Amino acid sequence: MNISIPVIAGLVILGLLGIGLYALLAVRNLIKIIIALQIMVKGVLVAFILAGRLQGDMVTAQSMALVVIVADTIVAVVGLALAVQIRRHTGKLDTTALTTLRR
Amino acid sequence: MWHILIMTGILLCAIMAIRTKRLLVSAIWLAGCSALVALFLYLLGAPEIAVIELSVGAGLVTVLFVFAINIAGDEAQPSHPVISRPLAWAVIAVAALLVGWLLLPGVNVAVPGLPESQLGNTLWQARSLDMFLIGVLIFAGALAMLGLLADGKKEAVEP
Repeated sequence: MNISIPVIAGLVILGLLGIGLYALLAVRNLIKIIIALQIMVKGVLVAFILAGRLQGDMVTAQSMALVVIVADTIVAVVGLALAVQIRRHTGKLDTTALTTLRR
Repeated sequence: MWHILIMTGILLCAIMAIRTKRLLVSAIWLAGCSALVALFLYLLGAPEIAVIELSVGAGLVTVLFVFAINIAGDEAQPSHPVISRPLAWAVIAVAALLVGWLLLPGVNVAVPGLPESQLGNTLWQARSLDMFLIGVLIFAGALAMLGLLADGKKEAVEP
């Protein structure tokens, strides 16, 4: 089996984006949703580095990937803080518990 | 060969992070996925980003997840999804086909050699705006950590 490295990286990108998107569509737990976002961002990270490798401009790709890693971490922190506060107020981590008008 | 093994490990860890019922176990699978992605990035020729991904993605984020799950509780998850699973799989299949149609022909080319890395110079000179943005993001993250650590609403104390 002779598969080139960029094709393997492309499959990793597709797989991570697909798994993350499925979880975003199908899961209702807030912390699982943040985990799904993390998985999708890892796919994007590999895509940045692969694009930089193919274009021969790894420095720009790595600097962009650095910004993505920091932004992703902050998104995780903000999302977890929101999840903890929602859990304290509603007693659940379910996204349907956020609907306060439907009673 | 190594790349295929790492690809399999990354996708397995990602699937298990979604499928596992317990949140704490999901966080551990996500850490494994991060570590394997870091290894993959290293093999792609980005050692600096691989180190940062390993320390931040597999280290800091995992600690944050464990901390938040410890506070929020590892409750059982509802079994019924937001939308039906066949519809979700159909959406994923269409999206994967579209992305694969765009992506795979472009990546099936020869990989050029790597020039000498000058990431430090580029970060601090050509992309200094990015570094400023990172500083702002870290400040926002510190504020969010205060939200994570804050107690619930305190009852007003009667004088």
